[in-house]
Amino acid sequence: MSRTGSYGIWRILLLAQLREQPGRFLVTVLALALGVALGSSVYLVNTSALNEFGLATKRLVGEADIVVRGPRDGFPEQLFVDLAHTPSVSALSPVLELEVALSDRKETLKVLGLDPFRAAVLQPAIMGDIGEAMFQLFDTDAIYLSSAAAQELKLKRGEQLRVTVGSTSKALRVIGILSQNTYSQSLGLMDIASAQWIFNALGRVNRIDMRLSPGTDVNSFRRDLGTKLPPGVLALAPQVERDRAVTVTKAYRVNLNMLALVALFTGAFLVFSTQSLSVLRRRRSLALLRALGVTRSQLRNALLGEGLALGVLGSLLGVVLGMIIAAAVLKFLTADLGNGQLRAAGASLRSAPLQTVAFFAIGVAVAGIGAWVPARNAARQPPARALKGGDGDFKAAARTGWRSGLAMLVLGSALAWLPPVGGLPLFGYAAIAALLLGAVLLVPTVTIQGLRLAPRTHRIVLDTAVSQLRENVSLSALSLASIIVSFSLMVAMAIMIHSFRISFDHWLGKLLPADMLLREPPGNDTAFLSKDDQAKLGTVTGIARAEFRRTLQVLLDPTRAPITLIARGMSEADTAAELPLIRSVSAKESPTPTAFISEALQDVYGYKIGDVLQIPLGGRNRAFLIAGVWRDYARLSGSVVVSRHAYTAATGDDSANEGSLWLNTGTDSDTVARMLRQTVGNGDALEITTSTALHERSLQIFDRAFAITYALEIIAVIIGLTGVSFAASSTALARRAEFGMLRHIGMLRRQIIGMLADEGVLTSTFGVVYGLGLGAALSLVLVYVINRQSFNWSIDFAVPVLPLVLLSVVLIGAAAVTAIWSGRAALSQDAVRAVREDW
Amino acid sequence: MRPGGCLLAGYLLTRCLLTGCLLSGCLLAMPAAAGTQYAPVVPGHPFRFPADLGSHPEFRTEWWYVTGWLMTEQGESLGFQITFFRSKPDIDANNPSAFSPRQLLVAHCALSDPKRGRLWQDQRIRRAGLNLADAAEGDTNVWIDTWSLRHAGQSYAAKIDADGFSFDLMLAETQAALINGQGGVSRKGPQPEASSYYYSLPHMRVAGTLSRNTAKTRVTGEAWFDHEWSSEYLDPEATGWDWIGVNFNDGAALMAFRIRSLHGEPRWAGGTLRGADGDMRVLEPADVDFHAGRRWISPRTGIAYPVEWTVRAGSHEISLRPLLDDQENDTRLSTGAIYWEGAVQAYERNSIVGRGYLELTGYGERLKLR
Repeated sequence: MSRTGSYGIWRILLLAQLREQPGRFLVTVLALALGVALGSSVYLVNTSALNEFGLATKRLVGEADIVVRGPRDGFPEQLFVDLAHTPSVSALSPVLELEVALSDRKETLKVLGLDPFRAAVLQPAIMGDIGEAMFQLFDTDAIYLSSAAAQELKLKRGEQLRVTVGSTSKALRVIGILSQNTYSQSLGLMDIASAQWIFNALGRVNRIDMRLSPGTDVNSFRRDLGTKLPPGVLALAPQVERDRAVTVTKAYRVNLNMLALVALFTGAFLVFSTQSLSVLRRRRSLALLRALGVTRSQLRNALLGEGLALGVLGSLLGVVLGMIIAAAVLKFLTADLGNGQLRAAGASLRSAPLQTVAFFAIGVAVAGIGAWVPARNAARQPPARALKGGDGDFKAAARTGWRSGLAMLVLGSALAWLPPVGGLPLFGYAAIAALLLGAVLLVPTVTIQGLRLAPRTHRIVLDTAVSQLRENVSLSALSLASIIVSFSLMVAMAIMIHSFRISFDHWLGKLLPADMLLREPPGNDTAFLSKDDQAKLGTVTGIARAEFRRTLQVLLDPTRAPITLIARGMSEADTAAELPLIRSVSAKESPTPTAFISEALQDVYGYKIGDVLQIPLGGRNRAFLIAGVWRDYARLSGSVVVSRHAYTAATGDDSANEGSLWLNTGTDSDTVARMLRQTVGNGDALEITTSTALHERSLQIFDRAFAITYALEIIAVIIGLTGVSFAASSTALARRAEFGMLRHIGMLRRQIIGMLADEGVLTSTFGVVYGLGLGAALSLVLVYVINRQSFNWSIDFAVPVLPLVLLSVVLIGAAAVTAIWSGRAALSQDAVRAVREDW
Repeated sequence: MRPGGCLLAGYLLTRCLLTGCLLSGCLLAMPAAAGTQYAPVVPGHPFRFPADLGSHPEFRTEWWYVTGWLMTEQGESLGFQITFFRSKPDIDANNPSAFSPRQLLVAHCALSDPKRGRLWQDQRIRRAGLNLADAAEGDTNVWIDTWSLRHAGQSYAAKIDADGFSFDLMLAETQAALINGQGGVSRKGPQPEASSYYYSLPHMRVAGTLSRNTAKTRVTGEAWFDHEWSSEYLDPEATGWDWIGVNFNDGAALMAFRIRSLHGEPRWAGGTLRGADGDMRVLEPADVDFHAGRRWISPRTGIAYPVEWTVRAGSHEISLRPLLDDQENDTRLSTGAIYWEGAVQAYERNSIVGRGYLELTGYGERLKLR
């Protein structure tokens, strides 16, 4: 037969199916669409955000070949002079880049203090913008704002911007707004001399952009330069800053992609069950086609084509949906999927034709995989036997799955032990897929063994139901697998999120022992509490005890995001007090000051207890003995805690930017907050909160962050359930002949429906139990492998018992209801006609 | 004094004479809020060398300006221009930062290359300090990063590595300094305050190397060196100026300028003429006439520049013809200024009598001087 012939068969089959089962068809297409849409929208949003971030970074450093970066407090400006005299440096621009605290807002503003003449060599756009106002910029209080900053701060040319330096407020004058093309991010631009003076950084800069003479090997120059720079000062390729953003969001993206994979897996499974059932139902028509001369491969291709057609429709819908979702997210939410890691403003949707095609192809491929097995099985059926009826070799085929099922389970368990790949838990995902597949393949065998164990109850309806299930293992296994796949994934996610929330809650409790907390705007480089301020705050009436901390960003590795250094506790012993430690050793006799690292430093940088950690402080590397590992859910890139004593000794900096306050009993926290604000110069900009409020707010943020996960999970479960109900109804329809026979031998209609209900309850109970077990196993992988490898923090395993019990009951009930409902529909037909139809 | 295009948008590119044109146009446009005091130009202060060869930081603006003709080993004739400006901005002098822009340095260089058909040019602007850019007092020593002009013995060394071309030249004095105006005070307008201190070194013998892209060649030639400083603003009535400096073959030297008013009429003029015998004559406005001849229209900007002239300066009447027509300095992208400055040959009765430089500003839109 010709290809046209194959197509003809395919078209007839497909159209017939579409006409008969539009709902089922639709759900399958929707599941595939959801998977493709999720995957592609997450991809598009991230690409657009990263692209915007990359462009913004590029504008920030202009045409620099190398960016020399130091810590917040910078390095002596003499380094700039020395570099200027280095041969093969053709242009360089010194920068004092600070996150400046604003006096009347919680946000900070990035301020670039630069020499416009030198900066313009690397970024000609600056001159175009500033032009004739150059000389106004030399006024000590003059600042230019980028258009994004002007919009955010609602400031116009000539207006005043108040900034906080130490605890003093200083006024700057906005002398102009830069055009949007110069800098896309929110920032201010000052002359470097004014910035050094205003922000108490005389003699220091913290960034130097360099361009090398043509023909210089940039990489070897950079490596060479890197070895000559003081500790904590790094020579970076401009690309590194963008790459760092990619790294920071990687774990987050991968988890959203995981959800997309779940949806795709569900879709593939729905294609599989749809096709299996429809092949079963049409076995005689298919056999007839074979008898009429359609070859085995033609039939297989036609059936595979059915599945692919579902895939094409679903993927097409998914790709379009994905673009719509991505465009909406970019328009209405911040472009970084709300996780605050990227601060790129105004990202616009970037089309990615190649990737769109790839997502489309994945959707189609997934559907093809789902359709392959049933198509192959149907084509293998000897036509003569199939024409006679019965489900033929299906039972045997189902039973052979247990070997590969076991193999997949073993493989999955083994994969879970492998380390991450490039910081991503790729093997963890593979383990989940293998375990899921293995468990599904084992369903028929387990069902058969389980039903064999079922005792006879001498209740006619129940016993009939059990024997029916036993005889129709392949059908029941298919319905079961539908429930198992969606339910186990849901159970796994529920356990993981619950475990995380419980751990987070405990962690907050441990970390917030004080009554009140105060801090300067987070991430700012200019506002701080001097020793004097700290003393004054500590003696405010009503305060029993005050503890202050200094936090700052430190770059340990140029290819990674900076880590947070927390100096707390006046003595070595105080440092680890009230810290949520996981492991620690006593280091009382150690002459080296001690440090406590977060799990990220352990996982990502490979430090262990007992190691010596070199932290660049005050232009020198300082050695700290790692005495413990603590859990830090607040700082993804890692953090290290040292004593304030050691920090001050290394840097001479005795200021603080955070504090914990313990109140006398009966003291009103609002009154204390008011008095605290009056005590220091920039009191209004201080964030003051009670630990209780912060605890609650953190949990709210947690729940909000997972809201999208919950929503997607619910959608996946609804699709799964709908799939189940369609499976039930088509099974019931397929069994019309059987029902007719049962009626003939005297069973009441009510009894048949009761039998179906029993079957539904039995099947779904079994599925739920199986799903709970599988879900628990998957959640172990999620908690201990995927979470750990993505975020580099541990969480304690905890099972949300009550929600899972409720969910199980609802699911079993729904299955019973569905079974009854589909049975009613099937029985509405005349019994005689039903029997005749089969014979 | 030599007018030049004023580099707007913050840079200044050419000498601006007319008392302060250069800087008045641009750098001097700063608000006088900080109240920086500038030294005035007053008569009766004869130059003391070598001290006056160096920087005068108490004045608002100052420049060292070299223009001249070069001959390559292959016999090509080229024009060149190397200029360093210093400007003292009106800033808060209390800022102790080493980056505080107490003085600004600007350098501009150009090469007139008939084979290329237009100029090679480059420019730099930097704040003085940290030993990376400065203008020293006591003797001529100005530099911006690797660009420098330094006096040592009887010679000046100019080193410039610009975008696509570079100079490494020695300029040797062959004549005594030409003291312009009345005892070195050169009037730029009807108001006596509009003046500058101004001396020139004509007939400097040039030798060194020149590179264009990667091609390096030895060059020799003759140049005109100006050093001028002042604190005054340009006359607001002025719209542009024409300037020439000519080294005559017989050893005579002529500097002459004319300032045009808003409607193009001459508003002020002046100059200095020193004969081959060393006889000096200061030219008053009535002694100087500029008559525009052939015009060349820039294909890039559409501006028509008179590139041929007849100039009467005292007893001399010379016609000027350019080395090439297109010696337009277009710095709109960086600065906004467009002007013509280039190498010219001087003719008397159709024979070449000397060579020099001609500067024409204010032929496009009116120069923005504020």
